[in-house]
Amino acid sequence: MNAAQHALRLQSTGVPSPVTGALRRPHVTIRGLSKTFGKAVIYDNFDLDIPRGELISVFGPNGCGKSTLINMIAGLIPVDAGEILFDGMRLDEIKFGYVFQNYREALFPWMRAFDNIAYPLKMMNVLPAERKARTERLVAHLGIKLDLNLYPYQMSGGQQQLVSIMRALVVEPEILFLDEPFSALDYEMTLFMREQLQKLFMDSGTTMVLVSHDLEEAVYLADHVLLLSRHPAQVADFTLVEAARPRTDATLSDAGFVRTKAHCLEVFQREVRRA
Amino acid sequence: MNKKFEPFLPIIGVAGLFAVWFAATAAKLVDPVLLPSPFEAGKAFWQGMHGALGFDFVKTIYRTLMATAIAAVIAIPLGIVLGASEKLYRSLEFVIDFFRSTPASAMFPLFLVLFGVGDETKISVAAFGAILVILFNVAYGVMNARKTRLLAAKVMGASRLRVLFDVMLFESLPQTFVGLRNGVSLALVIIVVAEMFIGSQDGLGHSVFEAQQMFEMPRMYAAIFAAGALGYGLNLIFLLIERRFVHWSGK
Repeated sequence: MNAAQHALRLQSTGVPSPVTGALRRPHVTIRGLSKTFGKAVIYDNFDLDIPRGELISVFGPNGCGKSTLINMIAGLIPVDAGEILFDGMRLDEIKFGYVFQNYREALFPWMRAFDNIAYPLKMMNVLPAERKARTERLVAHLGIKLDLNLYPYQMSGGQQQLVSIMRALVVEPEILFLDEPFSALDYEMTLFMREQLQKLFMDSGTTMVLVSHDLEEAVYLADHVLLLSRHPAQVADFTLVEAARPRTDATLSDAGFVRTKAHCLEVFQREVRRA
Repeated sequence: MNKKFEPFLPIIGVAGLFAVWFAATAAKLVDPVLLPSPFEAGKAFWQGMHGALGFDFVKTIYRTLMATAIAAVIAIPLGIVLGASEKLYRSLEFVIDFFRSTPASAMFPLFLVLFGVGDETKISVAAFGAILVILFNVAYGVMNARKTRLLAAKVMGASRLRVLFDVMLFESLPQTFVGLRNGVSLALVIIVVAEMFIGSQDGLGHSVFEAQQMFEMPRMYAAIFAAGALGYGLNLIFLLIERRFVHWSGK
């Protein structure tokens, strides 16, 4: 897809983007990324551009390095070689958020939900009164009805993950990473949380990178699905998902959506069979 | 059985114990000099707690809590430092484990030489024992801090020092309380033994020993009960403090 098409699609589908002037410039540029674990070469000279203001799902065979990729981008794992830049800036120069799969172990159980959400602001040396105001503003903006005076262990799994996501969003990040955020939730809660995430994405327009092990979820939420090959991982396909937002249950049976999903599955199976 | 009786179940065991005790003495199954009736022992306990036994009780509480407090002040910061650096802990692990396994009572003569006959000796031997127990637990609590939680703090921009105080310290609290409860129990054991033998003038250990020497059996049983009640009470108090301050423990 060329840039003109890209811009046109964004216009026609009404995907909100905070930086309309910079649409054509990729947000994240990854060049020459290499990573080995012991003898296994996970990434070898890997290149990728992540477009701005899009939700990218990362999908691929087991152990291909989906989580490793976002962990390297988010600085949780050091890279062996290569460069990852955000608008030409390094990770420590930007604001970003990260949502872990295991919300139970990622939240601080000794703090009330509200203080959990406000914690990253404390790390940015924001004063207490301002922290409170900004957290309250976020909560009001998202319109999420939750008793934030509860401790995390007093909440359901979905509510806890919602608190984690709010904690990641409170700094108004330029980019948000989510590592299989719903895979520890039951199906009912997963469906609910997908809607919540879509709403958050449409409201904030933040670039999001989501690792998923569920193809339907990956396609349903994404603007582009990044399909990875077996390691050493290469981009097997960067599939555009054209369905308009907000996507609903009806989207799942929409002909275009079904076609896109089938295409992703085909690419995935090709990569799995490749020995 | 009806659910509302359930809270009263523990009373059955207590009542049973006294019933068996009373039956044994009433039927003269045991020498009444060796085992007085529960009423005699109870009377000795009641009178004692308003007199000499009460004074000994307070003395033992004071020594035990002093020893535990000293141990906590030394062991908690040290445990956090050791736990935060796995290499440091591994290099000291054998020494800690060795002295933790050494019966603290074997250290009495050494501490007698160091501190003389007095409260310092008793308190310092008990503190020595408790320090190692608390240290070990705090260090493990810090070392077993959830990796995800540490990563989460790091990803939010927390410095190493911040991670230590905002995450590791809290993560180690449940295990720290396990250490404190074990520590206070051990301190009580050491204090009571010390009160028996090292030229003591007071304390529950002294009271038990003296009553036995003078063959005042009801008074001896009363002192034993006082020691038991103290041990149970201290553990209960620490549990309540833990529930209040480490409300997330086990959840």
